[in-house]
Order: sequence, then C-alpha cells, then structure tokens
Amino acid sequence: MTVAKAMVECLRAEGVKHVFGYPGAAICPFYDELISSDIEHILVRHEVNAGHAASGYARVTGKAGVCIATSGPGALNLITAIATAYMDSIPIVAITGQVNSDQIGRDVFQEADITGSAEPFVKHSYIVKDPSAICDTIKKAFYIAETGRPGPVLIDVPMDVQLMETEFLYPEKVEIRSYKPTTEGNKLQIKRVADAILKADRPVICAGGGIFLSDAKEELSTLSHKCDIPVVNTMMGLSNMDMTDRLYFGMIGTHGVKPANHAVARCDLLILLGARMGDRAVVALKNNDDMTIIHIDIDPAEIGKNVNVNTPVVGDIKKILKQLIETVAEEKHTEWVNELDAIRKEKQPVPEAKSGTVCPKLFVEELNKHLPEDSIIVSDVGQNQIWTANNICITRGRFMTAGGMGTMGYSLPAAIGAKTALPERTVIAMCGDGALQMQFMELATAIQHGINVKLVVFVNTDLGMVRELQERIYGRETSVDLTGSPRFDIIAEAYGIKAENVTDISGAEKAIKDMLGSDKPYLLQVFVDREERTII
Amino acid sequence: MKHTISVLVENHAGVLARVAGLFARRAYNIDSLAVGVTADENVSRITIVADGDDYILEQILKQLNKLIDVIKVRSFSEKDLLTRELVLVKVNCTPAQRSELISIAKITEAKISDISVNTITLELSDYSNKIKTFEELLRPYGIREIVRTGTVAIQRGSASLTI
Repeated sequence: MTVAKAMVECLRAEGVKHVFGYPGAAICPFYDELISSDIEHILVRHEVNAGHAASGYARVTGKAGVCIATSGPGALNLITAIATAYMDSIPIVAITGQVNSDQIGRDVFQEADITGSAEPFVKHSYIVKDPSAICDTIKKAFYIAETGRPGPVLIDVPMDVQLMETEFLYPEKVEIRSYKPTTEGNKLQIKRVADAILKADRPVICAGGGIFLSDAKEELSTLSHKCDIPVVNTMMGLSNMDMTDRLYFGMIGTHGVKPANHAVARCDLLILLGARMGDRAVVALKNNDDMTIIHIDIDPAEIGKNVNVNTPVVGDIKKILKQLIETVAEEKHTEWVNELDAIRKEKQPVPEAKSGTVCPKLFVEELNKHLPEDSIIVSDVGQNQIWTANNICITRGRFMTAGGMGTMGYSLPAAIGAKTALPERTVIAMCGDGALQMQFMELATAIQHGINVKLVVFVNTDLGMVRELQERIYGRETSVDLTGSPRFDIIAEAYGIKAENVTDISGAEKAIKDMLGSDKPYLLQVFVDREERTII
Repeated sequence: MKHTISVLVENHAGVLARVAGLFARRAYNIDSLAVGVTADENVSRITIVADGDDYILEQILKQLNKLIDVIKVRSFSEKDLLTRELVLVKVNCTPAQRSELISIAKITEAKISDISVNTITLELSDYSNKIKTFEELLRPYGIREIVRTGTVAIQRGSASLTI
C-alpha cells in the first residue's frame, strides 16, 4: 500500500478515533486515504486550533491527540499549539505534509523547515524520507509522546513519500535505546519521604498537572487523608483534588488564594507532586530554613531547576504514591489544618457590581450551583482564567487551561477537543472578549461537527489582565482598549448559535440553566465592569 | 568554571542541530564543540566544553539527557581526561626566519605541514593551554591565518565511555 494509506492504518492501529486538521496540497495524499477510513476528521478553521483541540482531547483522555496540517504556513500555524502542549506536558502527535523530498531546501511554494522551526517546542520530531520507516516512526511518535514526561511529537512527511509504496507492518512494541524514562521511584528515597512526613508538624502537598498525566488523583487523595496533609494546587493542578474536600485549600502563586499561599509559606514540609514550580507559582515560597522540600517528578530535569530540594524522587507519581501510602502511618495534623481552615473561612468582601455589569466571582459561584459534577471547564488566559480558577468548584470534573504558555485563544478549540473525546460530559470554555476574537472562527467547527460546547465570555471591552499589569507597573494603560469589537451575540447568531446576555447577577441563574439545558453550542456574554481586578 | 562533557548520540542528520539548539535556547555557554563518528558507525560522539557553575552543569546534563537522540552523557573532571585540540597556523616566514621557526616547531613538537617562499604552516595537536602558548610564540612573526578544532577528550587509563 502507499505510505499515505499506511499512515492511516497506523493511526487506526494506535486506536485513534478522531483527528483535528486542515488540509493543503502537501498533505492531500494522506487526506485522500483518511476519508475512506473510520477515523473522524474534525475540520478546524485555523491550524493552531487543530493543535489546541488535540491538546484538549489528550488532556481528558490521557492518550495523544492527533493534529494534521499541510506544509509551509499550515505547519507553521501549528507551532503555537505545539509549544503550548510542550509547556504543559501534553501528548500530541502532529502530522505535517512536506514538499517533495527532491525539492526540500530550494524554497519552493509552501516550503518551511517545520522540524527545524518546531525543535525547541517538541519532545521529538521526525522527517520521514524512507517509505519503509513510516510504521516504525508513527509507533515511536506515540510512544514518546505518551510515556515519561509526555509532550508533542512532530512527524513531517514529504508529499512524494506519501505516494510511495510500502508494507504495512505496525510494530507492537518499540525499543528506543536512548529513551528509557524512569518510572519506579527509588525505594530509599521513598522511605526518606515517609520519614519526613512522620517528622513534620505542618506538612503540605502542592499538586500540579503531573497528577493528571500520571492518573494519580485517587492516590493523591488517599495519601492526603491517611496522613492528614493539606493539599494546594498550582494552576495546572487545579481539579486534581475534590475542591470541596476539607483538606483542599486552593491555588498558590501570584494569583492564588490566601490559605494556599499561607500554607506554602508556613509549612515545615513541602511535598511537590508533579509540579514544576513555574515562576508564577514559586513566589508563594518564602525562604524558610527549617522547611524541608520534597520534589516528586518523572522528569529529573525539573527537580532543582526552580526550587532547591532536600529530597528528590524521580518516577511515575502514581507508582510512587502507591508505595508511599503503604509505607506511611496514619497521622493527624489537626492544629495545622485548623489554622488553614480559619483563613479559608475569612469572609471576603464582595464588591458591588456597577449597574449593567456582573461581579465575575458571583457569576462563577452561580455557575457552580448548576454544573453537573463531572463537568469539564476550559479557561482561556487573562482575568477570566483567574476568576474561573479561584472561584470554580469542581468535585469529579476537570479544570484545564494553557497554564505554562498562557496562550490566548486556547479555550474554545481545547473545549471542542475535550467534547469530541467525551461527548456525554458538559464542556464549557470560559474566556474574555480579547481571546474570543482570536478563536471565534471555531464556532463554525462546533456547528459543522455537532460538537455541543458552551462558551462563557466575560465582556469588558478590555485586555483586562494586561491593563492590570500596566497600571501596577507603568502607572498608566496603553493599547488594551478593545473598542470596536462586535456584538458577540450577533456574531454567534450568524453562526447559527444561540446567545444570551447577562448584565445583572439576578439574570445569571436563568441564563446558566438555559445554556446548560440546550443541546447545541451556546454563547453566554457576561458583562463585567472594566474596573474588576484579579489582584485586589 | 569549565566543564568537558562527552555526549554519545545517534548518528542521524539533525542531531548536532538539536544539541547546539539546546545550548542556544537555554543560554548555556559553549566554549568549543567537536563531533565525529565512533567505532560504532551508528553512534557519534560530541565533545563540548561549556562554561557555568554547578547548577548550570547539572541542568546541561539533564537537558541533554532528555533529547531522544542522546544515548549517554558524561561530564569529567579535568584530571581524569586526556584532551586534545588541533591547530593549523600559517605564519609569515622569510627565508632568513626559517631556522628560527623550525626550532620553535621542534621545541613545541609541532609539525611543519607546508612551506612557501614567504610563509610556513605549522600543525600542532595538544591541550588547550599548550596551543595558546604556541600561538604566543608565533605571533611576533605575523600570523596570517589560524584554524583550530574544538577540544576532543578521552578518559585516562582503562576506563572508557561506550553505549
């Protein structure tokens, strides 16, 4: 068969049910075979969103999401999505067409060195020049993307190679001598962690996105409860612990909440679990000589990179936590938990919203009352992200966001990806009116493919997060006013999507119920005063 | 502080770009880099001399290890290593100066690789400081051109780095 057909057969053998993409000349041989397979192709409206959709798909399934683009501009448009996935350790396999192999390097039409351009943002990449290597390459790509610390892998296939003949032989297993991620934690180190837990008076677990990647939610909860250890999250870790749990204290960092930051500043034992402690999270750490820090991560390069660590443990978190749970004894830290609980219970003043606007905190709290408990919430980047992160209440569902790269325009395509994977779940994208204008072309994708995602847009006609920063640091704002933006309800209507406006908190309940009750994509505009802040 | 790092990599196209790109984007300083195939033709060995404190060295080793094409990474302390660079120097040399330059070559154990009416080209393989001294000795005559390779390094004694 042709390489193009073999590529499709490889995806089928890998269990791929959906792919997200955008065709073009150099990838046409592959598309011509894809169309006659049982794999569903979701046609996005911009290549970057194929990548984001694959990332949303991967986040909720744990399997690599697949995105496809043509050579040159198509492939280049994928890069931001690839980089976003890389920063958040999300497994995606990106397949790009390339110009004919004898034309590579001659600057022909739609030629770009995509493996070279994407190199800083991929876990690995391949350019396939030998037709007999295709099956092995695709198997390796999925293996690399999904194992160890997950990440994006790119496969670039020249058009003439796609048309060459090869044998279809999908390997069951691959061996890469130079790639052997450590999954088993060192027993001695695990014993040290158990001893540290036993000694600590004020332990805290800071759980990051690694908990999802390792599928270790249950183990996290078990350890926390067995040893009575409070849990806080980095933004990437949000919803890896039931947010109503008495031992859960919220998100740390510059935009985190008081009990969480207090816990990290005051603890005598900090256990970092699958959290790379990015610069926005690490501020919560005070220099504290009598604090012991334990870092458990599958990537040894993250340990000691941003935070000095007393005890490193490298390996798969789920496996390590299981061993740890068996090793530790039951404990109580009542005084410490009560200290944090008292801070959590401090009354936060809720500012009155100006007439015609809604307090975002109150809106999200209203949303919490109506969400099915396994809902998936995808936040974008900016004020909307912080309002959602700090007020959403998720028990069995999932929160996700482009935490590392902070890519605007992520929420809708990622929600489309998540909803494609789990159609029975409620999936809501939450964004601002800045990010909406980077992604609303994808409303067409949702309509075309019947993907029932909901979109909540906080409208303040402003790039609010940037403005906050400008005011804080530069004392004045510049270039953040979005005046000239269209009425999004009319835009939605043009796509055939029902839209509703919320201009007062009293109207939120009905609007939310109507949105959740609809069996079609839906847009809710929530008008927010431009004076609303994320840091008060 | 200078560190000499040996990296065994798959002998594929693009591997050197990956290694060099890693140093560039993470702002690690490379003093020199040399690459060549090993006894196993599927494996190349890259020798990197890099500058940085212990934290940087640890990061370099860990990040190199993460590259899929990197099979093995080791850093060595100077005393355990035999290091060599190769230099070719083309120096002005009048017929009257020839015997002087030939005696410099003898003392430094350099080889006379080429000679013309008014130049002489000397070749020396030695460790970095010796090459620096060699260059100093030749400078008064007028160096026309100097070409140096990066450092290559091998462990002293019977210990060896293989996959």
